[in-house]
Amino acid sequence: MSGVAGDGTLAPSDFRVAAVAFAERWKSAVSALPPWSWIPRPKHPWLSNEVDGYLALENACLLGSSEENRVGCCGGSEEPNCSGDDEPVDDATLVQSSRDDVHYYDFHIIYDSSYRVPVLYFRAYCGDGRTLLLNEFEGDLPADSSEALVKSKWTFITQEEHPYLNRPWYKLHPCGTSECIKLLFQSDALIRTTSGAAELYLLSWFSVVGRMVGLGIPYEMMKCENNT
Amino acid sequence: MEAREYVWKGAIPLQIQLHESEVTALPPPPPLLVSHRINPLIFFFHCFCFEFGRETLISPNVRASQILAPRIGYLPLLIPRVKPHFGGALPPGADTVWFDYNGLPLKWFIPTGVLFDLLCPEPKRPWNLTVHFRGYPSNILVPCEGEDGVKWSFINSLKEAAYIINGNCKNVMNMSQSDQSELWQSVMNGDLEAYQQVSLKLKFGVLEDEYIVKKNSISLRSKESSADTDMAGQAKTGRIPVRLYVCGATEDFDELEDAPEIDNWDKISYINRPVEVHKEEGKYFTLGDAVKALLPAIFTDKSFIDEDVSKTEVEDDKNAPCVSQGDNQDVSGSAEDRTEKNCEAVEPLFSSNTAELKLLRIHGIEPQLEIPFSWVVNNLMHPEHFLHICVFLKVARANHR
Repeated sequence: MSGVAGDGTLAPSDFRVAAVAFAERWKSAVSALPPWSWIPRPKHPWLSNEVDGYLALENACLLGSSEENRVGCCGGSEEPNCSGDDEPVDDATLVQSSRDDVHYYDFHIIYDSSYRVPVLYFRAYCGDGRTLLLNEFEGDLPADSSEALVKSKWTFITQEEHPYLNRPWYKLHPCGTSECIKLLFQSDALIRTTSGAAELYLLSWFSVVGRMVGLGIPYEMMKCENNT
Repeated sequence: MEAREYVWKGAIPLQIQLHESEVTALPPPPPLLVSHRINPLIFFFHCFCFEFGRETLISPNVRASQILAPRIGYLPLLIPRVKPHFGGALPPGADTVWFDYNGLPLKWFIPTGVLFDLLCPEPKRPWNLTVHFRGYPSNILVPCEGEDGVKWSFINSLKEAAYIINGNCKNVMNMSQSDQSELWQSVMNGDLEAYQQVSLKLKFGVLEDEYIVKKNSISLRSKESSADTDMAGQAKTGRIPVRLYVCGATEDFDELEDAPEIDNWDKISYINRPVEVHKEEGKYFTLGDAVKALLPAIFTDKSFIDEDVSKTEVEDDKNAPCVSQGDNQDVSGSAEDRTEKNCEAVEPLFSSNTAELKLLRIHGIEPQLEIPFSWVVNNLMHPEHFLHICVFLKVARANHR
């Protein structure tokens, strides 16, 4: 029986379903931002994977020197398809700037088998591909995230090895996630058992976590579709 | 507990060389030679007894430091002992210390003994490592902020283990500063007694030692970890923290010296996933069961011989090789593959979906797979409550069949 556990955790089998649905919604509601794609984990036939991949949003760009934290769509090529004018409540704007100022981000949503929750990993780099350190991109993050960072260096955003890529990435620590989700779902126990529960879980999770790194969820994505 | 004492005393003799690009003193002074004796590790399952009590001649041009590294420790913690030996030779500037083995940068957050078991399947004594004080490969290796960084990584893993076992991290989060400090000191000093004193307060709970429990007793373990209990000392959860390091080779090997050399971390599959312990009537959950839970497609070429347990060879082979999950993208997982499995295989059954277990190592020993998993966990886990297992597999080549 799929659904969200009473303790705020997500079952591994539900993660992929939820992730794919999340990516679909994002694509239709958020055309000005890069899409999420499902990346299959490099897989050997003899490995049992509870979850055989993760969600990735790559090459999202942020201007290092701008006052407002806006996430825009910058591909490697100069595609002019990122007009923000017609998008309702969308945070995307694209501004041309010199290479040096532009910070690029890769975001990965990966399932954590120990905590049984999704976890956000991310990497910042500049135009020439050089990975940025926290003190170099801290200014891109929303103000309250930076503050939380300063207060609890060891427990909020940490630099750890990516579970699959053997490289250092930044990670939002998952310790409090299940508590947070539990609270969100507490008010309506029925929600947990509906067929869209896992997807709703991921949306709710992302609405909290994404905000911490400047990725907002537009209203359209949160619309409830009873028949899905 | 005898076995735990041996685990805590286990050590690897290292010979550490300064990277040649960093030697600035000319001529290098004679190498530091110390002779050591290690307590023999004697387990009643598999013996792995060794001694290192002789002086080793090194070429006079090589600066090297020989030290004993605790298996349960971490490489950066050795730096205070290593650095004085090289101090005079270093170029000016700040230190960013890292180690490599045969050019492979070593992940400092993996316990030293595990690194050795994984990268040296045929154990070499001493284990030759190179130390660097400059040029940290920060694009590959997570930065290490000295002892504090290692301690943080340790506490973080402890929290994760607590969450897996108890369903929450409260016991670790609520540790007093002094307890946390004592725990960490006990690990750094290899002081099992001190560790056990502090660790008792954490109330992790012990996995029931199945081999002393009568078969018809009621199991205290439930299959799912229930959320809100943080009861003390009872085996109430079925989730055990395990970190599995898997190396797959396409060439078969029977001698350890032919085991594949790892020159790249991408050749190792790292599986950080809890094992769910399921207890069935009349049987106990073995180490082999645990490994199969994490790697269902593997098999061994030895049959399981177990006098106490009723499962037969036939029954066991039925459970052994299996195809990967249904939504697998690279293999069709056809019906033919499934029917090809037969029981009582004297020869290992080998398809592209399966792999043969060649070597399994924990703390330098090769426990038999029939051993109760509870014993393995309670005695061989590391101080952060994770069981680290190194596994070498023989896998099919890409075009096999």
